[in-house]
Amino acid sequence: MMASSYNAKEEDRHQPGATGHVGSGTMTNKMPDNTAFKQQRLPAWQPILTAGTVLPAFFVIGLLFIPIGVGLFVTSNNIKEFEIDYTGVDMSSPCYSCSQSYSWNNTKSCTCSVPFSLDQPFESNVFMYYGLSNFYQNHRRYVKSRDDSQLNGDKTSLQSPSKECEPYRSSDKPIAPCGAIANSLFNDTLELYYIDPNGSRTAIPLVKKGIAWWTDKHVKFRNPSGNNNLTVVFQGTSKPVNWRKPVFELDPSDSDNNGFINEDFIVWMRTAALPTFRKLYRIIQKKPNNMTPTLPRGEYILEVTYNYPVRSFDGRKRMILSAISWMGGKNPFLGIAYITVGSVCFCLGLVLLSIHYRYGKRNSADISS
Amino acid sequence: MDFSSIRKLITRWCAGEENWVDTRTVYIGNKEPPPGAEAYIPQRYPDNRIISSKYTFWNFFPKNLFEQFRRIANFYFLIIFLVQLIIDTPTSPITSGLPLFFVITVTAIKQGYEDWLRHKADNAINQCPVHEVQHGKVIRKQSRKLRVGDVVLIKEDETFPCDLILLSTSREDGTCFVTTASLDGESSHKTYYAVQDTKAFITEEDFDTLQASIECEQPQPDLYKFVGRINIYSDRNEPIARPLGSENLLLRGATLKNTQHIYAVAIYTGMETKMALNYQSKSQKRSAVEKSMNAYLIVYLCILISKALINTVLKYVWQADPDKDEPFYNQKTDTERQRHILIRAFTDFLAFMVLFNYIIPVSMYVTVEMQKFLGSYFIMWDDEMFDEELGERAQVNTSDLNEELGQVEYVFTDKTGTLTENNMEFIECCVDGYVYVPDAICNGQVMPGSTSMDMIDSSPGPGGKESEELFFRALCLCHTVQVKEEETVDGIKMGIHQNKATSFYISSSPDEVALVEGMKRLGFTYLRLKDSHMEILNREDEVERFELLEVLTFDSVRRRMSVIVRSTTGEYYLFCKGADSSIFPRVISGKVEQVKARVEHNAVEGLRTLCVAYRKLSVAQYEETCHLLNSAKLALQDRDRKLAEAYDLIEKDFVLLGATAVEDRLQDKAADTIESLQKAGMKVWVLTGDKMETAAATCYASKLFRRSTQILELTTKRTEEQSLHDVLFDLSKTVLRQHGSMTRDTFSGLSADCVDYGLIIDGATLSAVLKPSQEDSSQGNYKEIFLEICRNCSAVLCCRMAPLQKAQIVKLIKSSPEHPITLAIGDGANDVSMILEAHVGIGIMGKEGRQAARNSDYAIPKFKHLKKMLLVHGHYYYIRISELVQYFFYKNVAFIFPQFLYQFFCGFSQQPLYDTAYLTLYNISFTSLPILLFSLIEQHINMDILKKDPSLYRDIAKNSLLRWPIFIYWTFLGVFDAVVFFFGSYFLFNNSTFTSNGQMFGNWTFGTLVFTVLVFTVTLKLALDTHYWTWINHFVIWGSLLFFVIFSLLWGGIIWPFLNYQRMYYVFIQMLSSGPAWLSIILLIVISLLPDVVKKVICRALWPTTTERIQVGEHTHTHTNTYTHTHTHAHIMHRSTSSHFTSVTPASSRELIGLTS
Repeated sequence: MMASSYNAKEEDRHQPGATGHVGSGTMTNKMPDNTAFKQQRLPAWQPILTAGTVLPAFFVIGLLFIPIGVGLFVTSNNIKEFEIDYTGVDMSSPCYSCSQSYSWNNTKSCTCSVPFSLDQPFESNVFMYYGLSNFYQNHRRYVKSRDDSQLNGDKTSLQSPSKECEPYRSSDKPIAPCGAIANSLFNDTLELYYIDPNGSRTAIPLVKKGIAWWTDKHVKFRNPSGNNNLTVVFQGTSKPVNWRKPVFELDPSDSDNNGFINEDFIVWMRTAALPTFRKLYRIIQKKPNNMTPTLPRGEYILEVTYNYPVRSFDGRKRMILSAISWMGGKNPFLGIAYITVGSVCFCLGLVLLSIHYRYGKRNSADISS
Repeated sequence: MDFSSIRKLITRWCAGEENWVDTRTVYIGNKEPPPGAEAYIPQRYPDNRIISSKYTFWNFFPKNLFEQFRRIANFYFLIIFLVQLIIDTPTSPITSGLPLFFVITVTAIKQGYEDWLRHKADNAINQCPVHEVQHGKVIRKQSRKLRVGDVVLIKEDETFPCDLILLSTSREDGTCFVTTASLDGESSHKTYYAVQDTKAFITEEDFDTLQASIECEQPQPDLYKFVGRINIYSDRNEPIARPLGSENLLLRGATLKNTQHIYAVAIYTGMETKMALNYQSKSQKRSAVEKSMNAYLIVYLCILISKALINTVLKYVWQADPDKDEPFYNQKTDTERQRHILIRAFTDFLAFMVLFNYIIPVSMYVTVEMQKFLGSYFIMWDDEMFDEELGERAQVNTSDLNEELGQVEYVFTDKTGTLTENNMEFIECCVDGYVYVPDAICNGQVMPGSTSMDMIDSSPGPGGKESEELFFRALCLCHTVQVKEEETVDGIKMGIHQNKATSFYISSSPDEVALVEGMKRLGFTYLRLKDSHMEILNREDEVERFELLEVLTFDSVRRRMSVIVRSTTGEYYLFCKGADSSIFPRVISGKVEQVKARVEHNAVEGLRTLCVAYRKLSVAQYEETCHLLNSAKLALQDRDRKLAEAYDLIEKDFVLLGATAVEDRLQDKAADTIESLQKAGMKVWVLTGDKMETAAATCYASKLFRRSTQILELTTKRTEEQSLHDVLFDLSKTVLRQHGSMTRDTFSGLSADCVDYGLIIDGATLSAVLKPSQEDSSQGNYKEIFLEICRNCSAVLCCRMAPLQKAQIVKLIKSSPEHPITLAIGDGANDVSMILEAHVGIGIMGKEGRQAARNSDYAIPKFKHLKKMLLVHGHYYYIRISELVQYFFYKNVAFIFPQFLYQFFCGFSQQPLYDTAYLTLYNISFTSLPILLFSLIEQHINMDILKKDPSLYRDIAKNSLLRWPIFIYWTFLGVFDAVVFFFGSYFLFNNSTFTSNGQMFGNWTFGTLVFTVLVFTVTLKLALDTHYWTWINHFVIWGSLLFFVIFSLLWGGIIWPFLNYQRMYYVFIQMLSSGPAWLSIILLIVISLLPDVVKKVICRALWPTTTERIQVGEHTHTHTNTYTHTHTHAHIMHRSTSSHFTSVTPASSRELIGLTS
């Protein structure tokens, strides 16, 4: 397409020239136009990859990548991260009994407290994640089992959800939100308590705002409009099978966080790429006075309302506390990779230098003789 | 018609024409035949509509679709698309439907447009008016309404609307002139003859009274063959039968010239005309690149199937645990559960096929086709292949073979008109051993009549004068030259009498023109043919008139022609001229020895010689001759064979008069071209009908043979002495012994310079060698021995070849074990067979008409243009297309392999890694233009260097860039890149955050990250391979990257109302807002490109190919300013360290001296 339009342009440009030659008749028609393009003689830069030209690039890459890598690695190492598995697989673990007595229809929730201690204090904002493993949120049947227009507040989709939601499309009334993803919403409640050295428990304030993408919360997910009372809006729909409460009661305290725009719900609806994943649960904001760390050293208790069964598919549940830097959470991979690539480039640069000295001269000499 | 005539007809019918059933009977004017004639069987003929279009408005859609889906690739994609429609597949049908739709639509539009043009042209032809004679009146009607049997009136400069039999003309002698320029490109005027007995019908009314029928063969495509018979029923009730030949048949498409009007009857109409029958195109030629492309496709199809199979099996292994198959969070629907396991497995297999089907890209076919089509324009545009003299430029008839031009190993060339100018100049003649050399042209004017000739061997004997004049007369009479007069009033007389160039000779054979012009300089001027009398102006300025009785036309088997004339004194003469070999055996007297010696002397000089002989006929002899000829001419079946027999009987018992010598100069730069081709590793064979000595002389002149070349002869002369068997074994021994000692040198890569063998073989020996093996088993081996000899000769000359033998030779080499790529080049009709046979056929737009050019794949004005065609265009196109093919496979492996890897992490659920839009657009817009433009304008080496150093052509010989190791390298590179993209992203995503606000990314971000790295890597890989960066490359490469980014921003920037999912919403933007994503994109691109760069650099430094060395040389050359200083130093270095190096590439380094200094 490109080429043809270009040719047309060439032709146009040449037209006045061609009409200029009057008289030679057929000769001019058959005479090829002498444009640089048609004669394949466009001015061009002709680079060649030789040891000589590539050498500097290798050294530059080496010299750039190694410091970046070191920087990344150091940053990553300085990030504090704490992870605790509360699945309750072991008899000894506090959540063992909860994990055994599982039923979706249980109205009475099972709670367990998991004690842990932090060796180092967490400065700045701390992000609290829950992690699941062996959970295939990226399974095709699962990924497509949702109705984005329903979640975007479309009324018709609310009443007749997309076929993709099968078998979570309707029970007796259409399900809102429909689909396997919504149906399997993570419903454990996690609370953190700090055990003062004197033994008293202080609840740590957990902020649930800002855990979902801004665009998701404000554009992609919307409650069906028309009425401020969500109960009325969602009339004629039923709750997902596995849910204890309907969607309009996800957060009755905050109307900005209820219904489809509940942030926990939005976070869950963003399907993870890999079977082992974590999702942002709460944010622990740093203390305003900045004197004491967000999470000081010491003993803590994680209070779990244990609702979410994972034992059937050998899954694990974790709670992760992590600080975040400019480059995200703790991940040494990037730093190590940068250092490795940088040094490989540097070494290759040296090898090429020797090759260049040995053979490069010979070649050019051979040519010039 | 009475009873006797019927019986006569029946007997004639039974005499030998029983088998002749494929005839048609045409009644002139569509009048009922007179009662009692042969039973009138109305036959149905098509109307005179020419339909060159393929489709009609109604059938275009189904027919075009059917045609397109007959291509295996399109069919494959259709199947994939249908599978996607039927089963529940991971990707929406749009992903493969859209590209397929795009491809089909583009092709359909192109073909539809072409067909529309054809319709328009057809309509213009079909509706143009013709004049039909009906009931004594002329009426106008549309051309398409013309029927067989209609009598039409054609005026000057009109084009014949169908194939016609000429009945009468406005010229008294019943001839008309016709140019067939649009049929075969020959612009000379050809003479056609009206039927003798209808010549007198000159008005419309006359034709109302004409009752005649024409029997002729059913239409056949040969333009130059026609046999028929006309029966004229006059009042006498006795039909007069006259033979009809191709000289009576006016072909559709030809134009009437120099004749006011003619009357003719239509015999073949519409699609049955010879022109229409010739529309049927020649067989498709496929290039070697296409063959390897198809082989690669099969490999990829196997990869695809095995990938799908592996994944299906693993899926069921993985799913064996019901908790994995159906965990509580991800239940199946009831219908899914109830499906039979085998059906499920099969649908899963199909779904995997669909998921991975992009590994075989639809767009590759489109791109390759566009590359070939657009690329061929560069050949047509080339200024250096424009010939001022002819006003012609190179012409591409098939763009499918562009890259094959870079793969040629054998060049078969014609001699006359190809290597030589075919611009004949009369040099001398020899009469009875006395040599006459006409003086050159004085002051631009021929001086006739004046005795401006040298008698080298003066004092002709007493009878000399007589035979000398007879010789000159013979040459003036024995030809088919026409005098073309200027259109002015009484131009003929003015022209010839005042010796102004107002009239000139035209003939289909330039030799004849040269001879007649030579005679003019020797004092005998041929004036014209008038009323069957040839007029000659002799030395005494007297007009001599000879009645032309018969012309025994030239053909390439007899290699001679004759005329029978009657002089004013009433003597009958048969004059014959022809090749020495066809004249001497028929000579009974004359000074044979002297003439023979002179002929051989001239042949060694490289002149074309003809011998002239005559025979005086008595009246009785003449009548016998006439009888022989007429009976042969009347035959409807085997007329050619019977004519040949008759000619053979007539042309005998000659008296030798003398011989002529005509020089055919070598074409401009022919020697240089041949030398270059040989240096480029091609073997050049000259195939000619000429005799050995002449051909050999041309070969020496054109540097095909050098002084150092050892000539091996395999000719009749030698096989007469020894048996063919012994000769062959002798030769093969000589060659093979040399070959054995040669192998040691060959690994240096330039063996051809060491030993040079030239082989000369003639047609007769060749047919003996190629004779299919009979009971004798050793006979069959001749072919192989012959091939073995040929393969070790750098140049082969085949002389005395018949056209079909030329094709045989080409076929022989083509089918030899190595299957080399052959190229045939020629200019005449006799080269068409070999042009069609060879892998690449090149026609030269020469003087012998356009037949070769029409049937060729490429046509060039001059032989010298072959050099640029092969060394530059061929080389470029091969490099370009091989990169195109390899790159396409590479980029699709890199594209699909991450998707394959992802299946291991998503429970083999066929979850696509990339979004639908990316899957769809990857091949058709993100990565398509850079490679297309690369494959159109890449120049790895400057074209002047390619031309200067033909040895570079060897670097790409034998399809070297598409060999399996290279293909495997590219595939592995693709797999490596895919692994880097996938696992790089995997480790980044694995259980960690990489945003600064703690939020997490999902699976679509993962896919987008991989895809972004993929698009950048693949495009930059091409950028690294580009050696020729014009602004177009910059525009396209950076443009498509920019397009990708803008598209992604837009695609994720809006909630698209027509989509039922919004999974890409803000994914790309969110990804870019994270620092680590940027860092990892850069890192992964660097890692992916690193191995290829290192491999390139190291290979270039340690094992450089000639091409790469030249590139470096070129590079240093452009920076000469700094280089001159170090030059001497480098030179000394070179002397001391690697002196052996120069000997390896003498050719290339020699060339480069001129470059660097």
